[in-house]
Amino acid sequence: MYEFEYRKPASLDQAVAMLDEDAKILAGGQSLLPTMKMRLASPGALVDLAAIPGLSGITVAGNTVEIGAMTRHAEVAASKEVAEAIPALADLAGKIGDRQVRNRGTIGGSLANNDPAADYPAAVLGLGATVHTNKRAIAADDFFQGLFETALGEDEIITKVSFPLPEAAAYEKFVQPASRFALVGVFVARTGSGVRVAVTGAGPGVFRATALETALGGSFTPAALDNVEIAADGLNNDLHGSAEYRAHLVTVLAKRAVAAAR
Amino acid sequence: MPTVTMTVNGKQVSADIDPRTLLADFIRVNLDLTGTHIGCDTSQCGACTILVNGDAVKSCTMLAVQADGAEVTTIEGLAENGEMHPMQAAFKEHHGLQCGFCTPGMVMSAIDLVKRHPNPDEATIREELDGNICRCTGYHNIVKAVKAAADATGG
Repeated sequence: MYEFEYRKPASLDQAVAMLDEDAKILAGGQSLLPTMKMRLASPGALVDLAAIPGLSGITVAGNTVEIGAMTRHAEVAASKEVAEAIPALADLAGKIGDRQVRNRGTIGGSLANNDPAADYPAAVLGLGATVHTNKRAIAADDFFQGLFETALGEDEIITKVSFPLPEAAAYEKFVQPASRFALVGVFVARTGSGVRVAVTGAGPGVFRATALETALGGSFTPAALDNVEIAADGLNNDLHGSAEYRAHLVTVLAKRAVAAAR
Repeated sequence: MPTVTMTVNGKQVSADIDPRTLLADFIRVNLDLTGTHIGCDTSQCGACTILVNGDAVKSCTMLAVQADGAEVTTIEGLAENGEMHPMQAAFKEHHGLQCGFCTPGMVMSAIDLVKRHPNPDEATIREELDGNICRCTGYHNIVKAVKAAADATGG
């Protein structure tokens, strides 16, 4: 790991002031630190959000689940409130990485990183959640912008994510056996304003499978997807699976998710 | 250089360190507690697993400065009055090791596991040890040991 300067702000304002051009934000560090160890990233400074109050915690109120940016995956997975309000979300959090990673990794870090095979982006896009920052609220449909790209500005920090309660939802993940990342992961949600299907792992970034959404809008049953195919064009093609295989998995997993949705 | 202060195995330690010092290196080099192993250095194998504020974490994927103020337990901190921790005793009894390199991380993870699942079945144990790799592939006896320790501690 190359040298860097360590900064530990006590407030969001301080954090923003510490974010110069060469600085990176440190949340749980479960993606950033391995990347730095492999010298794939060499930020001049790390701004550690750990000491900023109010960034962590879960609130369920009315029709919304709010999760603070620094809330760890293990906390979401173990939260009775989340399991009751949006079981698919607690289930998804429990499927991220391994126990040790879930004990450190945070929702804000996962979203800001936007790894193309990460799990949380599928829940945020699938549920039509809102990402809140120190500056504004960003709709999920506008937040994710492709491979490791998001709508976040240079001096923008995620503070929390708010998830509207769906009528029913589920996440199905086919893991890449070595990394345990999603080879393909599909989040299906039936909401008051229609069905949303978000796919991770299959493409260069999380995306909505509109053909599946339309079919499920007519009938929210696995059978509704019997003759619906996803185009393999533009999907990931690597030693773990061809684009065609991933396209096939999207429909298979979407069917399982519809069957499991509650 | 920042100063870190933490409690390791019940003892307060403090040092001025380069910020890029990994917690695993701080424990092994600065504190000379070499029971915590570094197997892969790519955050995959779990040999470096320790408890930070009671939670199993990979100490090669955490900066020492991030543990400032934390309560840290390593494999050396488990025995009490010369008596092995029940998890260590179970690993010994059931021969939950072959070469032994992954063992400290396995034991630390297993302690976190039994804390959250006091009465785990085999599938739960295997699933929850996902973050620890035994390159001897000696998983069978590791799983037996964890189950026995859970039973012994009144799960």
